[in-house]
Amino acid sequence: MMRQYAGGLPAPTFPDPAWVTPKPLAESTVAIVTSAALYAVGDEAFSAGDTSFRVIDRRRRDLVLGHWSPNFDHTGVALDLNVVFPIDRLEELAARGVIGAVSEQHISFAGNQPDDVATIRLDSGPAAAATLRAQGVDVALLTPV
Amino acid sequence: MSVLAHVLEAAGIATVVLSSIRPMAEKVAPPRALHCEFPLGRPLGRPNDPELQHDVLARAFALLEAPGGPVLVDHPLVIEADDAPAACSLPPRFDPTLPPCVDEANGLRKAYDRAVARRGVSAVGRAISADQVPAALGAFDAIAHGAAWTEVGLPGGNPVAVCHDISAYYEEAALELVDGPTPGGRAVQDWFYDRTEAGGTILAARAAMRDAGVKFPIWFYMTPGHR
Repeated sequence: MMRQYAGGLPAPTFPDPAWVTPKPLAESTVAIVTSAALYAVGDEAFSAGDTSFRVIDRRRRDLVLGHWSPNFDHTGVALDLNVVFPIDRLEELAARGVIGAVSEQHISFAGNQPDDVATIRLDSGPAAAATLRAQGVDVALLTPV
Repeated sequence: MSVLAHVLEAAGIATVVLSSIRPMAEKVAPPRALHCEFPLGRPLGRPNDPELQHDVLARAFALLEAPGGPVLVDHPLVIEADDAPAACSLPPRFDPTLPPCVDEANGLRKAYDRAVARRGVSAVGRAISADQVPAALGAFDAIAHGAAWTEVGLPGGNPVAVCHDISAYYEEAALELVDGPTPGGRAVQDWFYDRTEAGGTILAARAAMRDAGVKFPIWFYMTPGHR
């Protein structure tokens, strides 16, 4: 039911989308970008309608789900952080040489954004991209809730 | 998520989206998306299933080899959200002088504390602490019985934030008490609203606020929309 509703929400289109030709995965630094409104204990919580993001250090596992929507399961992440934020899986892939490296920093937004998503397109999204670029990130894995 | 993929890609970062709403991925058309028909809130499929999580990641990263896009591929597995509430024992009535929901919340405290000790983290604390959960439920019980929400001294003040804290308190306690396999995508939420005194009290308080003409965003977002 939530899927039907969300599928009908207004959506921006990108008529001339950018395309990056990636370098080999085994040489790439990978970051997670989630919209689960995860934040580390002690960091600033997300307010309702928050368009900003939090930076999550690679070593943190004490993450709180601060999303304001009651319309999705909150217990999966309580059972296993990796079901939303697969940081341990990325560490395993790096140890096996499947990916080049795990980024030192990862990014968390709150998914319920205003319909025009203007801030994320013009302000906080590019700022998050700059944060990742500064970490040498080549590939971002985007995980919604 | 798909919007952010365009923004990151424009900044020179190759992106792969784990899509959960297929029509949205079709409309926004991020460069690379793996659509996963899994319960909302579980984009990697199942908690404590590293094998499946690695399978999802392998299929997602394989999209980086596509010569051009947009690419939208479906994960072959479909996981339904459970349609039955989790089997989870509730504490017996202890203090009959208290409203049932307050008594129940007191009785769940040990399970909640075990959950916090095990995980080291809790989602309770947006507006109230775990100590304030019984008093907040007492306030919702009064609202359900006809009191105005502005006059019951609701701890934390914001009904939506307080309801998040109460449901998080119950859900985290429930994960310590649940019998059987790992609960599916909606099983614990359904247990909360269909089986517990607290869930029933919040639904009744929300209906009373709606009927009293309280502004929509104050009551509507206290529970999932379909309730």
